[in-house]
Amino acid sequence: MTVSSPRRVLSGTGAILMAPVALVARLLDPPLSALQRVGGTNGMAAFFLLPNMAVFGIFVLLPLVINIIYSMTGGTALFLADRTFVGAAQYQRLFDCRSYVDPKSCTEDLFWTAVWNTAGFVVVQVVFMVVVALVTALVLNRDLRARSFWRAVFFFPVLLSPVVVGLIWRWILQRQGLLNFGLYELGLTPVNWLVERNWAFAAAVGVSIWAHVGFYALILLAGLQAIPKDLYEAAEMDGTRPARVFWRITLPLLAPNLLVVLVLVLIRAVQIFDEVYVLTGGGPGTATLYLTQYIYEVGFASFLRNPGLASAASILMGAVLIVLTLFQLGIARRNEMRGKR
Amino acid sequence: MSRITLTDVSRAYGQVKVLHDINLDIQDGELIVFVGPSGCGKSTLLRLIAGLDRPTGGTITINGQDVTRVAAADRGLAMVFQSYALYPHMSVRQNLAFGLENARMPKPEIEQRIAEAARMLEIEPYLDRRPGQLSGGQRQRVAIGRAIVRNPTAFLLDEPLSNLDAELRISTRAELAALHERLSATMIYVTHDQIEAMTLADRIVVLRAGRIEQVGTPLDLYNKPANLFVAGFIGAPRMNFLPVAVFPGGRGATIGIRPQHLRRATDGEPTLKAKVTLIEQLGSETVVHGDADGHRLLAVLPGQQGLKTGEEVALAYGQENLHVFDENGLRTD
Amino acid sequence: MSRVTELIFRRRGGRGWHWTDVFTWFWLIGGFVMMFGPAIWLVNSSFKSPAALAEFPPTILPYVTAAATVEGHERPLQLYEVTLPDGSTQVLAEVRRVGTVAQMVDPATPGEIVRVNIRDRKPVREVAFAVANYVQPFLSFDFFRYLRNSVFVTVMATIITLLTNSMAAFALSKYNFRGRSFVMLIIIATLMVPLSVILVPLYSAITAMGLSNSLWGVILPTVATPTGVFMLRQYMLTIPDELIDAARMDKASEWQIYWRIILPLTAPALAVLAIFSVVWRWNDFLWPLIVLTRRELFTLQIALNTYAGETNIQWHFLLAMTVVTMIPVVLVFVFLQRFITTGIAGAGLK
Repeated sequence: MTVSSPRRVLSGTGAILMAPVALVARLLDPPLSALQRVGGTNGMAAFFLLPNMAVFGIFVLLPLVINIIYSMTGGTALFLADRTFVGAAQYQRLFDCRSYVDPKSCTEDLFWTAVWNTAGFVVVQVVFMVVVALVTALVLNRDLRARSFWRAVFFFPVLLSPVVVGLIWRWILQRQGLLNFGLYELGLTPVNWLVERNWAFAAAVGVSIWAHVGFYALILLAGLQAIPKDLYEAAEMDGTRPARVFWRITLPLLAPNLLVVLVLVLIRAVQIFDEVYVLTGGGPGTATLYLTQYIYEVGFASFLRNPGLASAASILMGAVLIVLTLFQLGIARRNEMRGKR
Repeated sequence: MSRITLTDVSRAYGQVKVLHDINLDIQDGELIVFVGPSGCGKSTLLRLIAGLDRPTGGTITINGQDVTRVAAADRGLAMVFQSYALYPHMSVRQNLAFGLENARMPKPEIEQRIAEAARMLEIEPYLDRRPGQLSGGQRQRVAIGRAIVRNPTAFLLDEPLSNLDAELRISTRAELAALHERLSATMIYVTHDQIEAMTLADRIVVLRAGRIEQVGTPLDLYNKPANLFVAGFIGAPRMNFLPVAVFPGGRGATIGIRPQHLRRATDGEPTLKAKVTLIEQLGSETVVHGDADGHRLLAVLPGQQGLKTGEEVALAYGQENLHVFDENGLRTD
Repeated sequence: MSRVTELIFRRRGGRGWHWTDVFTWFWLIGGFVMMFGPAIWLVNSSFKSPAALAEFPPTILPYVTAAATVEGHERPLQLYEVTLPDGSTQVLAEVRRVGTVAQMVDPATPGEIVRVNIRDRKPVREVAFAVANYVQPFLSFDFFRYLRNSVFVTVMATIITLLTNSMAAFALSKYNFRGRSFVMLIIIATLMVPLSVILVPLYSAITAMGLSNSLWGVILPTVATPTGVFMLRQYMLTIPDELIDAARMDKASEWQIYWRIILPLTAPALAVLAIFSVVWRWNDFLWPLIVLTRRELFTLQIALNTYAGETNIQWHFLLAMTVVTMIPVVLVFVFLQRFITTGIAGAGLK
């Protein structure tokens, strides 16, 4: 894969795109210089921040605040002003259960089905994802010819859209699909992959790993390559056994990256939606119904629409994610400090 | 005409004061050098004059006009940066033109000024190259050129030679001196190298810990350092400082004598006795490290001396070459 | 070579095969098949006719049953290789089929009807690419409109993202102002707020602004990416401050410093962010799914999902359109993959 030509293409298109941009920028200069005279050099920082922070404010922070109030209202009206205040009723409804482990005993049985499905998905997917990513990274870290080619191979599905991923695999896993053909050729009984509960779960886990493992393998590979080669040489001088080198050098030095990957995978797994939704639609029945889909359906799609309930559920999910993200930032900071030392 | 006056200028970052009430009058056409060890505030002082930083107290005037609150762009000064700060994505020509275009100068005049500066600095062959394709010395010339084309009230130079190798530094130093002669412009030059300061300056400002220690011509500073710090900072090798007790009949608290002012004693002279600890033979001169009553002593003796380590040597000095400092480290005369 | 380097660095063709060598090549080749196989199978299938798609077992190449125009029949008739009672074989065209018996003619002698048991015949098949799978959706469905919507969203969102993110990154990397760390904190906080957490109120905000069922409603909430701001800021921190001082001495206004000094020098990072943004926005699913309910506003992803959700899926069109949807991303992969992988490896970004 050549790099020079796309770079030339980029700079070429860049030059064409830049011509009108440069004109606009030039026209903007007089008013902005006037602004600078009024607000001072440092005052211009506010101007540069404004567009981005306005978008943040309107489309992230404001909804976040609204969400908390929203979750305490009832009815099907969309706008907050038209909604009736119900206090903690939505949360009570979510938590109204005889037994939390048995969704059928809950008023909001779909919510608890989604919670337990998501929990199961997270546990299984995270374990397999990290292991597959680590093995891939270790394989790619060997002195391969054409390493960047092999790295690209595993990275390819990362770029595909979830809809494309879902459809590709629906086509392969369907009753008369390629996979069943393979089983048939091997003399095995074909399986109705997306119709049987356990197989549908396995498919959801497998497809999400297929789609994202390249990304995490890449992060781990970067971590592996940052381990100084002289450590391996020193271990070699000491006559250390290969397995011991892996357990005592590679793994401990990779641990920070491994932790980052673990938490990233966790955060993404809790929010799983797109590719599974296209693949199974949450089915069969509710076998692959996960939290985000629950929020989406209660909030928008289902005939039982209840935005306040969706809002309450999303806040509960948000709380989990915030804990995980804080954890991730904590690790990132610790890694950074370690890097400085 | 460009006269720059600083009155009670100070700068603090939070609780940390890096400049204390600086008062200074810079004359038109003068090349003044700010010198001092790193962290003394000399670069901060230059940035305050440039307008890139604002003082927390005091005023700065240029030609009698208060510019303390005026933006850098409107002070009519030009600066040569330590890293040269050439715009890496522009050709040399564009680098020189950038400031003039910003001042909305007509195109023909820009070209004329660039041509003139390029001829003066002999950078014509590189005008269409990018800074990345130039050597360190060439980049340095472009950085100076970028200041010259602006035809500024004064030039501010922030350690302009520190990124050059030793040989190039000496030749560029001479060129800078010639340039100053030719432009007869006011130049403010910041360096930590006292030799640069001595060779270039009309006047030197020695700074330490945010305070001016002494202002004067290079020879003033060499011959009559106002205090121990200046005495130690100006001149190489460093001046010897000995407690007054070592000298027969001395005054004050500390006596300083430059290594070059010591010579082998003939009989009857007042001498310092020192035990030789190390000899450095440079051919044209001999540097003798000695120990006088437990005090380190350095002497630079002419020619090649037949001395041996461990030998006792008697060193003579002229009374006129003694620098006498009091208990506070201040010069007494 | 010692044992350690043997383990870590051994190449194929070294001294013998360690089990790790075998495993490496198993993993690489298995990975190659797993990662590319499904996509290749998709492309391959997309060229098959509906009849070929319904076949089990599937064939590798797209076959259709050969047909011939026979005198006396308006439509082309399908050709079969028939084993005659005398054991010889002949290619005959099917006129009509009743139960297990087909009435067939020899194209050379169209008058003579031969009755054949369907067990005694095999269809004559030839390779043919069903290009109609690709053409038809653009002609009879609205795929051109979906494509245009997707391109509009991707291009606009990317341009605005680059502009707002680079401005914010400039402010956060090159100015010292009170509240800077507070602003950084807010941006970090937004990392914690994924779309799924603010779905309902965000939709009400968009609706209140009159942006529901509008492509701008899809674009605007996506443009202030914290990742973009962080990535650009990180890059801008490496631009020496003296350059900005020099520009200020050169009478450049702050705006000029931004677009004549900072932007050109940030070009490599901007290119990486542009590539990321194109892929993100092209692939967006959940948010457009909520905002866009009118068919003429659908992006490709939403259109595909809608067609895939129909009870009677027309797989031949769906597969072809999935391939079309994949094309830009595959182009990015082929030409710009290295930018992305080094971008991720370098910044460790999400």
